[in-house]
This record gives sequence, structure tokens and C-alpha cells, in this order.
Amino acid sequence: MFTDLPLLSLVVWLPIIGGFLVLALGNNSDHAARRLALMVSLVTFMVSLPLWTGFDSSTAAMQFQERASWIPTFNVYYHLGVDGLSMPLILLTTFTVVLVVIAGWEVIQNKPGQYMAAFLIMEGFMNGVFASLDAMLFYVFWEAMLIPMFLIIGIWGGPRRVYATIKFFLYTFLGSVFMLVALIYMFWQSDSFAILDFHALKLTLNAQILIFIAFLLAFAVKVPMWPVHTWLPDAHVEAPTGGSVILAAIMLKIGGYGFLRFSLPIAPDAAHTLDWLIIAMSLIAVVYIGFVALVQSDMKKLIAYSSIAHMGFVTLGFFIIFTILENTGGTSGAVLGIEGGMVQMVSHGFISGAMFLGVGVMYDRVHSREIGAYGGVVHTMPKFAGFFVLFAMANSGLPGTSGFVGEFMVILASFKANFWYAFLAATTLILGAAYTLWMVKRVIYGPVANENVAALEDLNSREFLIMAILAVAVLALGVYPAPLTEVMHASVENLVQHIAVSKLP
Amino acid sequence: MDMTPNMTLSENVLLSIVLAPLAGAIVAGLFSKAIGRAGAHWVTILGVLTSFLLSLTVFKALVFDGAAKFDATVYTWLVSEGVKFEVGFLVDKLTVLMMTVVTFVSLMVHIYTIGYMADDEHNWDEKSLAGKNSYQRFFSYISLFTFSMLMLVMANNFMQLFFGWEAVGVVSYLLIGFWSTRETAIYANLKAFLVNRVGDFGFLLGIAAVLMSFNSLNYAEVFAAAPRMADATFQVFPGVDWSLLSVIGILLFVGAMGKSAQMPLHVWLPDSMEGPTPISALIHAATMVTAGIFMVARMSPIYELSETALSVVLVIGALTAFFTGLLGLVQHDIKRVVAYSTLSQLGYMTVALGASAYSAAIFHLMTHAFFKALLFLAAGSVIIAMHHEQDMRKMGGLKKYMPITYWTSLLGSLALIGFPGFSGFFSKDGIIEAVHHSHIAGSSLAYFSVTAGVFITALYSFRMFFLVFHGQERMDEHTRHHLHETPAVVTVPLMLLAIPSVILGFFTVGPVLFGDYFGDAIYVAAAHDGLAVMGEHFHGAFGFILHGMMGLPFWLASAGVFTAWFIYMKRPDIADVFQDKLSVVHRILENKYGFDDFNQKVFGDGSRGLGGLLWQVGDVKVIDGAAVNGSARLVGWFSTVVRHIQTGYLYHYAFAMIIGLLVLLSWVVVPGFVR
Repeated sequence: MFTDLPLLSLVVWLPIIGGFLVLALGNNSDHAARRLALMVSLVTFMVSLPLWTGFDSSTAAMQFQERASWIPTFNVYYHLGVDGLSMPLILLTTFTVVLVVIAGWEVIQNKPGQYMAAFLIMEGFMNGVFASLDAMLFYVFWEAMLIPMFLIIGIWGGPRRVYATIKFFLYTFLGSVFMLVALIYMFWQSDSFAILDFHALKLTLNAQILIFIAFLLAFAVKVPMWPVHTWLPDAHVEAPTGGSVILAAIMLKIGGYGFLRFSLPIAPDAAHTLDWLIIAMSLIAVVYIGFVALVQSDMKKLIAYSSIAHMGFVTLGFFIIFTILENTGGTSGAVLGIEGGMVQMVSHGFISGAMFLGVGVMYDRVHSREIGAYGGVVHTMPKFAGFFVLFAMANSGLPGTSGFVGEFMVILASFKANFWYAFLAATTLILGAAYTLWMVKRVIYGPVANENVAALEDLNSREFLIMAILAVAVLALGVYPAPLTEVMHASVENLVQHIAVSKLP
Repeated sequence: MDMTPNMTLSENVLLSIVLAPLAGAIVAGLFSKAIGRAGAHWVTILGVLTSFLLSLTVFKALVFDGAAKFDATVYTWLVSEGVKFEVGFLVDKLTVLMMTVVTFVSLMVHIYTIGYMADDEHNWDEKSLAGKNSYQRFFSYISLFTFSMLMLVMANNFMQLFFGWEAVGVVSYLLIGFWSTRETAIYANLKAFLVNRVGDFGFLLGIAAVLMSFNSLNYAEVFAAAPRMADATFQVFPGVDWSLLSVIGILLFVGAMGKSAQMPLHVWLPDSMEGPTPISALIHAATMVTAGIFMVARMSPIYELSETALSVVLVIGALTAFFTGLLGLVQHDIKRVVAYSTLSQLGYMTVALGASAYSAAIFHLMTHAFFKALLFLAAGSVIIAMHHEQDMRKMGGLKKYMPITYWTSLLGSLALIGFPGFSGFFSKDGIIEAVHHSHIAGSSLAYFSVTAGVFITALYSFRMFFLVFHGQERMDEHTRHHLHETPAVVTVPLMLLAIPSVILGFFTVGPVLFGDYFGDAIYVAAAHDGLAVMGEHFHGAFGFILHGMMGLPFWLASAGVFTAWFIYMKRPDIADVFQDKLSVVHRILENKYGFDDFNQKVFGDGSRGLGGLLWQVGDVKVIDGAAVNGSARLVGWFSTVVRHIQTGYLYHYAFAMIIGLLVLLSWVVVPGFVR
């Protein structure tokens, strides 16, 4: 019955309209604004659930489609739809925003209404990015999404927020401009802005390579991939907790999603030609960034670097298909790699979100993110310590938690491509554990380090609720990932078949 | 007896065996306040007791009633490209032996813990909230460990094996660092976890190699297909062909080297003694550290096809058995002596695996689980009585204060040194003989190592025994005044463990070592089957004992005990003379061959140095300094503009952004018009 409703339009516009209402209300009453924001985020989450329950996982076709002419002169349509690649990410978004609203409840004292509104509006834009089937519409949401993020970091951020936002802006702007040029070029070639038409468009290798590089600039910055990653640690450090959570849990995923929706299916031959570059960048992200994470003294920076390393698995999983094709003559393992990357994205959403929330919990009390300012937190916050150790273990890829699933799938798949890919990727087992658990050792364990730690109070019920929800999510996905991978199968298999075939004219 | 040949095991029973300890762990862990201390130990003990009793029924069904082995999927974790990743059980005679040993030792340790952790609040700061429910948490962890270990041994596929493998590692991490105020404890647990992760790194690559080669992670499917892969090659380095099964075997064994603490990945085990003694017995002696041994035995259909892999296993085991045993001679901490002894005995088991004597390895694993758990718990009993003093130089003459601990320790030590008739005798002699019959590369080195090891084992075991229980009473007056035998919750498990340590070997040597107890659970190629050759000369346990008393190992063990008595009881000055004359050797042993220093300097400091370099030079100087900030300066005017329009009003920002967006959009639209 729900499927009759324009569900995708609802998950896009409901939070945006709700956000503006919260904005209007926020001037009068902080409390009312918070309540409304929670309600809007919850309703949006509920509305997004039928996307999953009503999803037909037997087909790779777009579902829940809505299509209306928008700018007829340029064949631009308001065209929404989801498949197995985008639907899970929309659910991840609507889920995460609920947690972010609860997490900011009494922590944000400065203009809480506007804070909540910014997140809700951003939620709508992000859902729009995932649901758009028209490239122009995608681009509008893609750019629009950045506005609330700038505001969140710029207004509620830390002392170096201006530097961080400008860095963030420069990086993303650089990427987006080239993407836009690529989109326009393809419009000229096909007289359409429909992404699916781009998929079918025959392109010469040179054109493909230019398009691929344009997209790469846009998506690599978002993921972020080495060496265009340095905006992320700064953005995270300056962003308020909620901003970090959305940044890590959702925004980075948009880069990964872009590779699957645009780069690979539109320019498969270029991807084939340049896959060595992406794989090298991914493996550098795992190893190089792993070492860099080890020496961070700021917890948020450490988790930010850890995010970059974990996202390396996503891009590695997506791009090993061509090596597998060359070495084995078949695509066996390619689906495993891409699905592994997808699972890693969802899992990283939970885990990095939880880690940032955990740091936020400590920051709210001690007002420091320095590892050295802590020690022996377990003695004053045992409940919190329990959750934090669980998420740290998940971050180290412990089987039984979601952090294991994606890494496991990608490592197994990359072994089929090349022993050394798997070898370097598997170093995360050691490096990931080293940087995460060394932090745990210094922050959570040991004797009580100072008066600040001695005065800590354990989680309140609001914080406990958020942590518990994320813990359940992390464990559930770790123990039984099949429901997530099943909705992707058809779409991923279709994608693999598509990119295994040359698109040269 | 009911002899239904086609009787099958019930999945529900197997599920209950696994889930009962998990349920206990969850209840004790999450509801510690509500159920209190007694509630926590009762719920976990009941859980483990359930597992143990049900394991016995499964044992009876498989071994006496002739039930068929159980191999089925519980649920499908995920499917990709037709490859199923599943959670399922393979329960055959190998599995059920492990299940019984694990649940029995675990049950003993649970009971013992009631006594050992009774006054645990003294180990915590008064204000520490983590110290408030440490008793319950400890029970929760050891139950969780039991669950993980059962998942490991009952797995019917590589993925679940890896799950159990890592899960026991995590619980071990939590328990080594249980007293989290102690810097040494939280150093040791991180070290243990990371060293194990080095092993797991190889293990995971081995699993990936299995999936690549067989397109399945199910044991039965992989084992069935393995012979067809005997001649397959794999190029790790381009142009160099290696046997695929050797690569798989060695990679998997790297995992075993981590978990079963084989050189050079043994360094974590001595430090793991920072954890409370019950877990040293359960995890770091009887069960978890034997996971690697079990794994290689389980994979016998793969290892039997690669003599290269077997040789690697054999040599690593031989080095571990010999060199770690020597380290036991210079330790003063009672638990560390037992820890090095464990390392050395794990080396024996590994040697047996390399010599294709899998059943001898598992047999020694089983007897060792009982007598080593006994020795650890006895050491713990001494530590309780000594008010948590672990230095043997401050003990002595405890015999008269702690008779039960004394006698059970003696039985455990005799079993450990392989005194004829005791359990350890059968299993250790079996290994030595099997190595003697082996012909693969490295077997002569291994034979020397396990034979010489007998003397060393006897020497360090009885050095400890005499220093603790006999001779002068070297403790301070206050401690001596309070010395008395530990309570029944401590001594009863000691006595219960002493029984199998003494008699189990006698009754099981026939079927397990030389009979067909394992059936098709373990596969040995005819050319490697030294045990079968020995079996032809086996005429019952008595004959084996008589034969053993004429063999070299018996005399070496006796010499070891005598030497220990002479040096530490009769002429204590000799030890000092040795120390002076052999000061170089002594220093090498004190430094544990330098492994720890090397790891700390090269891997610890090295990776931090590398991380700092990559960060400061790569990220900060090159990427940010040159690339990003360079461009930033180019558009420096932009930031000035931004600074001017910083009015602080949200709508100003938003308005400006939206205008920007419109400009961008029109930039898109205009070229279209031009066209």
C-alpha cells in the first residue's frame, strides 16, 4: 500500500520542508524545534522503510520511479528511482540522521533549531543524490548538499573552522566542476541527461578517459582517496559531532556510489585502462594511511584517517574486476568485490558514526579530543567503555561485527585478482588493530589519568540509546549480512555484466 | 548399549552446546547488577555444565553408539556468485574430543574462579566503577570464551573457523587486560592481540587462497577436491611456480603460529600471564593456544598433500619446543615457568603435526589440557595462599601448608615430564617415536629437539616444584603466618583435573594413538604414517610403559628430575656457579633471545617512525603544503571575501550559497542555449 505513494519524493522533500519548518520554529522555541526535528527525521526514516520492504530484489531495474519533465529545452527530467546500489544508502542516510538529531539534543546550545534544520535539509539533498536518475538533478543535489555542510562546520565548528571549510570547498569545487563538464559533454552526445542513457552511450577511448578522469576528480575527493584526502581530517576535527557523523557515514559514501553509478558503467574501457591507478590509490590508502593514523594524537583525526583507510577497501573492491577478467578470463570474484565494497560502505557508516559519537561523548565532558588528555575512562564510564571497545573492535574488522564483512569479501575477491593486492589489503588486520586498539589502550584503559577523567559521568540515557542502537546495527550486520547483500545481487550482477563489455563504438 | 548405526546427532543439541555458554555470558555481562555475584557464577556455570553434559552425550553417541558424523549448515551468512558463506557444524570424533576437553576444563575453571576472584575488589581502585562488577564481568568473559572456542572447533567451514579464531583472540585480549589499571597488563593484551593479528594476516590470506582454488569454504568440499589440486601451482612472484597446496598450507600455518604461539610469534604468550590465573589455565594453556594445533589436524587432507608445508610445520615446532623450554629454566615467576613450559609443549604438538602424527598431536593436546590446566590452577592456588606473590624466590616449603595443592602439583608435574604410566607419558612418547619414524626434511632436527626437550622439561618442572614446595621457607613472616590450604572451590577442581592427568592416557592410548578412533576425521597419507608402523608393535598400554622405561626419554627425564633436585635442593651454590660460568648464555636466556627488544625497536618504534614520516612529509608538507595551500594562496582573495561577509546570520550564508548555486546552474544552462 505504501508503494503507491511517491516514496522517493517523500524521502527527499519531507526532510527539506521539515527542515525549513524547524528553521521557522527555531526562532521562537529551541525545545519545539528539537521535537519537530526529531519527528521529521523519524517520519522520514519510517517512510524510507517501505523502500526496503517493498523492494524487488530479483531485478536490476530501477524501482519506485518517478518522472516528470523539468527543463524540457534540455531534456532535463525530475527523474527519481532506486536499485540495489542506492536503496541501502538511502536507508543508511535516514537512519543516521535520526541518531544525529538525538545526539545533538542538549549538546548544541547555540541555535539548536538552525542546527537541526541544516541536518534535515542536508538529509533531503543526500537522498536526492542517491535517488536521482537524471544527471542534472543529481548535480543540483550534489552541489546543494554541500551548503548545509559548510554551514554546520562554519557555524558550529571548532576554532580553525574557516580554514577547514575553505579547504573542503576548494577540494570539492575542483572535483565538481570537471564532473559538470563531463555531464554536459555527454548531454551533447546523447541529447539526454538520463543517467541510464549515459550507460548505453558508445564513447571513444579518449572521450572515456577524459570523462573518467573528470568523475575521478569529483568522486576521489569525496571518498576521499589518497592523495586528495587531506581535507577530511581537518573537516572532521573542526566539525561538530553531528557533522562528523554525517560526513563519515554518508558523504564519503557518495563518492563510492558515484564510481558505481557513473564511472564504471559510463566509461568501462577507461576504467579498464586506468584501474591500476585506482587500485594503487586504494592500497596506498590502506597501508600509508594506516601508518599515518597510528601517530595521530587527536582522536577525531585518528578516526578520520581510519575512515580513509577503510574507504580504500571500497574502491579496491570496485576496481579489481578488470584484473580478475585478465587473470582468470571470467568475472568470478568481481561481484564479491563490489558487494564487499558496498557492505563496507554501509558498515563504515555505522562504525565511523559510532566512533565519532563516542569521541563526541567524551568531548562534551572534557572538551578535549587529545588522546593524552584521557586515560582510565573505563573506571568512570564503564558502560561507555564497553560500547567504545565494541566499536573499536568493529573498526579493527572483528568477525561478528559489520566491520569484518566488507573487508573479508574484498580481501577474498582481491586474492583472485592478484596475490599482492590481497597481501597489502590484509595488512589492515594488523594496522587497523594497531591504531585503533592503541588509542583504546591510552584512552579507555590504564589508571585514571587526571581529575577530568575522575569527574566523568557515564552515559546518560539519551547517549546510551544511540550507542545501543548502533551496537545492535553493527552486530546484526556482522552476524547476518545476507539481507543486505541480497538486495544488491541483481544490480551488482547487472553492473558486472555491463562493465565487462567494451563500450567503444 | 543401543547400537543404532544410522543414528544421527540432533542439531538442537549441538546448538544448545554452543549457545548455553553464550546465554550465560550475556546474562552475566549485561545484567550483572541485577543478578549479583552469585547469580553470575551460577548462570555461567550452569551454561557451561549444560555444554559439558551435552558434549558427553554427543561423545557417547559418536564413539560408542556409532552415530554418523554431523555436517550441516545452521544458516547462510551470505551468498555471492553461488559461493555460500555459511555458519554450520561439523561434529565428528575429532570435534567431539575437543568439545569435551574444552567444556570440561572450562567448567573446572569456572568453579575455581569463584575462589580465585572472591576478593577481586582489592585489585581495583575503590572509586573505579569498572571494579564494582569485575567479578561478574570475569565470569561473563570466560563463558563468552567458551562459546567462541566451541564455534571454532565445531565449524564446518573456513569462515566460521576464522570467526571463532578471532573471537577467542578478543576474549583473550579482554582477559589479559582484565586488571586494566596495570600498565603491564594493558601492554601485554595489546601485544598479544597484535602479534596474533600478524598470524591472522597469514591465516586470512590462506583462506582467500582456499576460496580462489576451490571456490568454496566448506571443509568437506575443499577436502574432497584437494587431491585434484596436488599438482597445481601458484605464482606469488611472477615467473616462480610454487605448489598451490604448499602456499595454502604455509599461509594457514602462519595463523597457527600466532594462535599456538610458535616461534617467532610466541612472544605474546609469556606476557599474557598478566591476566588472572584462571584464564592462563583455560585460554593460555588448555584451549585457545591449542586452536592452531587443532586447525592443522583438521586440515590434514591439505597438509598431507604438501611435504613442504609439513616440513615447515615440523621445523618451526622443533625450534619452539627446544628454545622456549630453555627459557623456562631462568624464570623466577611461577606462572612464567608454566607459560614457557606451555610454549615448549605446543612445540611438541606442532612437531607431531609436521611428522603427520596428527592423532599424537591431538592426544598430547588432550592430556596437556588436563595436566597443564592443573599446573596453572595449582600455581594459582599457591599465589592465592602467598597473597598474590608470584616470585618463587620468596616461596619454599609450602608442602606442609598446602597438602592438596602439593600432591596435585606433583601429579601434574609427573604427567608433564612424561613419567611412565601418567597421561603425558603416552602422548609425549608417542610424539617422540613418531618423529623417529618420520622421513621428511627436518625430522632429524626435530627428533633431537624433542628428545633433548625431555631433559629440559624435567629440569624446569622440578626446579619449580622444589623451589615452591620444598626447601627453606623464604617468605616473610606475615605471609607465613597466613599460609593455609585454599578453599574447596579451588582444591576440588585441582583434584578433578588430577584424575585425567594421571589415568586418561592409559585408557585412551590404544584407540586414540594407534587405533582408528579418529576414523576419517584425520587423513594420513600411507607414506607418512609412522604411527601405523608403531601400531604394529603396540601390544597394550602396559607393554608401552615397559617399552618406555627402557627408552632414552625415560632416562633423560629421570636425569632432569635428579639434576633439579641436586642443584636446587642439595647444592644451591651450584646454580650460582653455573650462572657465573655461563653468564653469556644466561644473559641470552634472560633477554629471551632478544625477540622482545627486536620487535619493540623494529616494529613498534619503526612503524611509529614511518607513520610520523608519512604524515609530516607526505600529508603535511607535500600534499597540504605544496599542492593544497599553494592553490589556496592563489585564491587567497576568496578567503578575504568570505571573511568580509561573515555576518553571523544563517540566512545570509544560505542566501549567498543559493545564489552561487544559481550562477553555477546558469553556467550549465547557457552553453545549451548557445548550441
